[in-house]
Amino acid sequence: MELFVFGCAALMVVVGAVGVIIRKHPVHAALSLVLTLFGVAVLFVIQEAHFLAAVQVIVYAGAIVVLFLFVIMLLGVDRVENLRTEPLTTQRPLAVIVSLGLIGVLVAAFATGSGVLQERGAGLNIPDLLNDSDANTKQLAQSIFSQYVVAFEVTSVLLVVAVVGTVLLARRTKNSVAENPK
Amino acid sequence: MIALDALFLDEILWVPLLIVLLKVVVVFVVGLLATMLMVWFERKAIAGMQNRIGPNKTGPFGIMQTLADGIKLFFKEDLIPNRSDRFVFALAPFLSFVPAFLAFAIIPLGGDFRDGNGGEVTWFGHVTKVQLADPPIGVLFALAISSIAVYGIMLAGWSSGSKYPLIGSVRASAQMVSYEAALGLSLACVLLLAGTLSTSGIVAAQETVTQWNVISTGIVPFIIFLIAATAELNRPPFDLVEAEQELVGGFNTEYSSIRFALFYLAEFMNTVTMSALIVTLFFGGPQPIAIGNFVLDIPVIPNALEGTLWLLAKVLVFLYIYIWFRATLPRLRYDQLMDLGWKVLIPGGLGWFMLLASQRMARQNDWNIILVTSISIVVMVGGYLLLQAAFTQSARQRETQGQMF
Repeated sequence: MELFVFGCAALMVVVGAVGVIIRKHPVHAALSLVLTLFGVAVLFVIQEAHFLAAVQVIVYAGAIVVLFLFVIMLLGVDRVENLRTEPLTTQRPLAVIVSLGLIGVLVAAFATGSGVLQERGAGLNIPDLLNDSDANTKQLAQSIFSQYVVAFEVTSVLLVVAVVGTVLLARRTKNSVAENPK
Repeated sequence: MIALDALFLDEILWVPLLIVLLKVVVVFVVGLLATMLMVWFERKAIAGMQNRIGPNKTGPFGIMQTLADGIKLFFKEDLIPNRSDRFVFALAPFLSFVPAFLAFAIIPLGGDFRDGNGGEVTWFGHVTKVQLADPPIGVLFALAISSIAVYGIMLAGWSSGSKYPLIGSVRASAQMVSYEAALGLSLACVLLLAGTLSTSGIVAAQETVTQWNVISTGIVPFIIFLIAATAELNRPPFDLVEAEQELVGGFNTEYSSIRFALFYLAEFMNTVTMSALIVTLFFGGPQPIAIGNFVLDIPVIPNALEGTLWLLAKVLVFLYIYIWFRATLPRLRYDQLMDLGWKVLIPGGLGWFMLLASQRMARQNDWNIILVTSISIVVMVGGYLLLQAAFTQSARQRETQGQMF
């Protein structure tokens, strides 16, 4: 049963990921991304990480991709892009090198560190889901808000800084347009 | 191990499988029937408020009108516009129809929650709950589903390849994403008091009227939830998505036949589900009205079935309130809608959440409640003044520099 669900979810993830790359239309690519995110959510559910699965759907599928689609619709970039014109000529060879390097690092990590997961899992306090259905969420909250509270708060500050920066960069007023007319 | 129904924990047997299948069928049929009756109820109630008769020809009191309309829509020609994106155009109605039904699965539809019974009933020798699913994430599932429901409307508008539906769907996505934040914040207030995410746990914690979350969270989260839910449903006065005077018909202008019927069904199904969710979260779901030790018990009927009746009665009140909204309130302007969401509901929800959290903290640690409350009030007033100062400043800047967005 678990293998069957894993197979379906993995298929969703892979089909979605391939779709993001090969679909020509940006809206179709974004929809393929939603498929991938759902697959990942299902994978979280099989690992009993229900809270993560819910957050995955609410935040990624429900908000981030909706904003992608919103921008695509609002800016009207939903026509097929001409891939021949290349603004940065060194981009493609660089992309090949970087992706090969990434694959190499991942393979090396899996090859050398396959035993690490079991070793580190041994000391973990596994929540008892049968008697307390919220045990998972409680444990997650305890680790976020006690052990990793600084990292958590710093990340949220980072997000606020990013938002403020974007508003400042994108802000256009009548005066600034008068100074640099198009 | 995969999270399954509690009946399947040991091994999968025939009787539990049939019970779960029965629940699936009942939830689906009840959903369809409730939608059908809701459409009739809305038309009839609005007709009454506007001094008209409303549907009265098909069946007694015109109750079969929706069925007749559905059959008519089914046999109409199914048009696909030439400039549309065919695949997405066909997909969109299902993307809005399926989430509408999924969300209904986590509502406790009955059962005996009195005296700490936890709403469990025994059917054919198996203990189960009168709800299709009680996932560990509970209410978050409803939130996830409502965030998925945006796709149906958004893609319908975009794939039609026409201007008005596109404007409607861009409005819808902005509106639903903004109000989801307010919805989540008021939900957080309920979860803070209930201490659990599961819907049956939330219902079980609301035994007497004073324990109902509408009172114990201090009514503000309920008001925020009701407004945000109305916006999330795209119902009047927040129905800018299908503002017929300006957008022809909004996101579903290009749809016809059964595809249009699916959107229509999803819209009313969502209203029923959202009312049931409000009742579950704030009004004790299937719990009877109980004040102190006095319980308003319906005689003869067993307690488990009585839960269903109470739920039905409470949901009907909210369905009527939604119809009432539609009949009385004029539609908001778009900037008013966004101002209400971002400048009133979200800061209000956040402030109230902090207040409840500090109260809870104070009670757990035996701090001086009056001192904590007065400090909270001072902080909240300070926050309000800062927010107002920011609004005035931005309004002044807009006037001197001019707005370019």
